[in-house]
Amino acid sequence: MVKQQANWSPYDNNGGSCVAIAGADYCVIAADTRMSTGYNILTREYSKICKLADKCVMASSGFQADVKALQKQLAARHLIYQHQHNKQMSCPAMAQLLSNTLYYKRFFPYYSFNVLGGLDNEGKGCVFTYDAVGSYEKVGYSSQGSGSTLITPFLDNQLKSPSPLLLPVQDAVTPLVEAEAIDLVKTVFASASERDIYTGDKIEIVVVNATGIRREYMELRKD
Amino acid sequence: MLANKGVNPPSFRKTGTTIVGLIFQDGVILGADTRATEGPIVCDKNCEKIHYMAPNIYCCGAGTAADTEAVTDMVSSQLQLHRYHTGRESRVVTALTLLKRHLFNYQGYVSAALVLGGVDVTGPHLHTIYPHGSTDTLPFATMGSGSLAAMAVFESKYKEGLTRNEGIELVTEAICSGIFNDLGSGSNVDVCVITKGGKEYLRNHLQPNPRTYTSSKGYSFPKKTEVLLTKIIPLKEKVEIIEGGDAMEE
Repeated sequence: MVKQQANWSPYDNNGGSCVAIAGADYCVIAADTRMSTGYNILTREYSKICKLADKCVMASSGFQADVKALQKQLAARHLIYQHQHNKQMSCPAMAQLLSNTLYYKRFFPYYSFNVLGGLDNEGKGCVFTYDAVGSYEKVGYSSQGSGSTLITPFLDNQLKSPSPLLLPVQDAVTPLVEAEAIDLVKTVFASASERDIYTGDKIEIVVVNATGIRREYMELRKD
Repeated sequence: MLANKGVNPPSFRKTGTTIVGLIFQDGVILGADTRATEGPIVCDKNCEKIHYMAPNIYCCGAGTAADTEAVTDMVSSQLQLHRYHTGRESRVVTALTLLKRHLFNYQGYVSAALVLGGVDVTGPHLHTIYPHGSTDTLPFATMGSGSLAAMAVFESKYKEGLTRNEGIELVTEAICSGIFNDLGSGSNVDVCVITKGGKEYLRNHLQPNPRTYTSSKGYSFPKKTEVLLTKIIPLKEKVEIIEGGDAMEE
């Protein structure tokens, strides 16, 4: 007598990939705009990127219903923080809040794979990468989602983040200039959409720097 | 059973796929996309899904790539031997029967879903063959994960007595519908036109998916693997050979 398995799942995977790269004075966050289910496309123009605070942007892939709920939760908590402290949350502070929010639902998780990007209190770029239940780490670059297995090895090859275990402590930010980082992101997504069926349509690229937040788009394969 | 213990069998290379066929004024037109997938990954961006069966018969294949290749190659050989034996041009129904007999014998385990088309002495023919061995004879047909997207186009625009160019255009439109709306299909459109006079295999008739971005500056890769540590351990010294020692026992 085999244990009966559930024949309904509360989760679905809407596919897609996200990438974030931290620079000396900027941060690039990018995600494709395709939302799919199974072998079907739901829409070609869905934004997976959400501005959480002035200098803090999150990109999430996975189950978009859970992602929407998570974004709402974080926005509400941010508003409370602003009322209580009379200032915007910094990126490292938001990073901790996101981790706590995810772990709160440890036993019925948000099916959301996040990368958080922005500028820290000193204006340096920072990227935080998460798993579905809140384990996080500050890194120089990160990729999540269906195309991450294709994207991460290439970023490792080109950016080679230093290990946090090495002494003296080395900066995780990339030596690349903003324009070079954007070029890298475009190349990486063009390549991922060649081989991953869930990545494609368009990329939304968000750049956070001292002057503010800027958004640009690029077309990808539509097949 | 093994899956319960967490051991999953290897995933096969499936073709995802949109394949179509239609009968027009002078014969048959077959069409296919060119994407082969292994789960969510594209393993071949430009594979050939329209297989040769006989000079006047071609077959599109969807399902497990190895199965479609093996079964079409096998029946193609059998048809050639049959041609030598009979001294006549192969008929589409012959290919049909050979394929369906084989697939039925394997009770659906040979995962090949085919669209078979050709022109012989009896006229133009178009058939679909399912993995379990059942067949249909149709004026227009679609198979594969993109079959619904392609069939929607055919059901809207098909009519009897299409000309060659109208037929090619309709087939291309149906395959494109599969390519853009089905994630299991993609890349280019292959077309094959078969008439009494002969056949025309239009490989990559349409290429609507070029690479969208190539960096102008290019990327460099380190020439060799980094050496992290070098350690040389001498093996045991050679044993000295003493001349004139005791001989080995027989």
